[in-house]
Amino acid sequence: MAHYNPPTQGKVSQLIDVVVLVILTFGALFVPLWLGMAGAAKTVATADANPTWESLGQTPAQAAKYEALGYNPASAHDLILARFDYSFSAGALLTMIVVVVLYYVLILRFSESEYREVIAEKFGRE
Amino acid sequence: MTDIDITSKTMDGMGPHGTKVGLLRVLGPAHVWALGVGIVLVGEYMGWNFAVGKGGAYAALIACWFAGILYSCVAMIDSEVTSTVASAGGQYTQAKHIIGPLMAFNVGLYLVFAYTMLEAANAITAGYLFSVVATMSGHATDLDQRPFIILVIMFLAWLNYRGVLATLTFNLVITAIAFLAILILFLSTSGIVGGGIMEHAALFEGHELPYGWIGVLAAMHFGLWYYLGIEGTTQAAEEVRSPARALPFGTLAGIMTLLIAATLTWYVSTGVLPWEFLGDGVNGSVAPLFDTARLSGSTGLVWLLGFGTLFATLASANGCINDASRAWFAMGRDKYLPSWFGAVHPKYRTPYRSIVFLVPIALIFALGAPLDQVITFSILSGLLGYTFMPLNIILFRRKWPLNSIKRGYEHPFHPLPAITLLALCGVTYFAVFLGYGTQLVAMIGFYIVVSLWFHFWRYRFVNRGAQFTMPWPKPQGY
Repeated sequence: MAHYNPPTQGKVSQLIDVVVLVILTFGALFVPLWLGMAGAAKTVATADANPTWESLGQTPAQAAKYEALGYNPASAHDLILARFDYSFSAGALLTMIVVVVLYYVLILRFSESEYREVIAEKFGRE
Repeated sequence: MTDIDITSKTMDGMGPHGTKVGLLRVLGPAHVWALGVGIVLVGEYMGWNFAVGKGGAYAALIACWFAGILYSCVAMIDSEVTSTVASAGGQYTQAKHIIGPLMAFNVGLYLVFAYTMLEAANAITAGYLFSVVATMSGHATDLDQRPFIILVIMFLAWLNYRGVLATLTFNLVITAIAFLAILILFLSTSGIVGGGIMEHAALFEGHELPYGWIGVLAAMHFGLWYYLGIEGTTQAAEEVRSPARALPFGTLAGIMTLLIAATLTWYVSTGVLPWEFLGDGVNGSVAPLFDTARLSGSTGLVWLLGFGTLFATLASANGCINDASRAWFAMGRDKYLPSWFGAVHPKYRTPYRSIVFLVPIALIFALGAPLDQVITFSILSGLLGYTFMPLNIILFRRKWPLNSIKRGYEHPFHPLPAITLLALCGVTYFAVFLGYGTQLVAMIGFYIVVSLWFHFWRYRFVNRGAQFTMPWPKPQGY
């Protein structure tokens, strides 16, 4: 294989590359946050208007721990009753699987073609 | 077999890029242990408890042990490959030599994001700790945590800038103290020394598996947090005196330390704190070991675990700055990123430009995103990296079978660890999907876009053959 001579990259072009990468990074990480699509918030399904340790499902031993931590039934209400919702659709799960698999297929295919060039140039003339 | 021997005592490193000024080879196995455990041990002090919130206390224990198996596989695979690919960049450099440039670029970014996010999470926790100390010592209003967050990141970046030996010796001392603090808390509260305060049966009553078995799967998401970062030992590859000895020894000793620390942490925390409080790392227990010490009634333990938490966060942030900068530096040196980042400080022999560049990025995340989101970003990047490792070791063994190059360490039972790791990664993807599927898809979307950017634009500036720097024979099948 003929030796590949990469072009010299100017300083402005290098700077632009860094800026592009940083913008993409912040976009990927902050856009879901800004759109309110990030994370799984816990919610209280049925609020208890007059909570007691018993109505919150706490045994005396558990209630004693909460009191030692400085809580009373009212202040511990949301902490104790909030739950995650793990329901999901098969379509969403399939989408995730397809995205993950396609991503790795893309990476491995492109990597293989690049790798063959590397090996050919490194060892081709031996 | 090739005559190149990485285990040679007379050949000081690989000199992979033929540079006159390289990183300093001054580290030993204890520093490698301190780097790996130092990064991770904070996971015992905060963050793992989100797994309790996801599925309850038993779910967190199951996640702890299955994640332990996952990371044992990671440590075994990493020990073999990195004891042979002894160059800065760790898994990035492994991928470059074994799979190909685009995979390497992605792995390099996984590493930088995982460590930079973890660094941000550590700084957030350190800021929280300072505010708790202020409240406990009589400060009337809420302390502004932001100056402490900034100070932590700036101080540790400065330490990293000045030299790797001092940086990781500092890590060794504070990590050892933080680990000892967990042991002392366990001995003091479990009844082995003095009276025990554990009430597992009473606290679990009626709440054994609050979400059922799907909660166990969901807990795997934050189960990774018990160990996330142990793979960072590989970043020291170009700075250890004897890569073939120090890297496997430090990494495997590190994962054993963490398996003990994680199990003890679960035991003492769930035996003292109610699961709903323990499992809410934002509004409930931000620092579970510290909270456990508070309920022990011992002022000495409160101080010890307070310092333990602070030291663990500092050690982790310190190690993260070290690792993220090495990965960024290695990519710059190969021109995967602008070559300006590939410079070594002429006096301190550190990748100083990469260290400085990543400081504001960590600050933005530490000051601008909530803790659980920051942890999730770190976990997602780590998870993508763990998925790469089984492919890496299978191709490594295929392209360079055991008799073709000398390895510093050969991991047993191949390909069982690779298959186990891949299966556990699959389970963890599902766990992430249950709560943070949008971030997962957004993050993979990001990696697809930057991969296209790299393949069609950035790669034109990269030398082809010159990026293969290991003195190995031609891979089989090419």
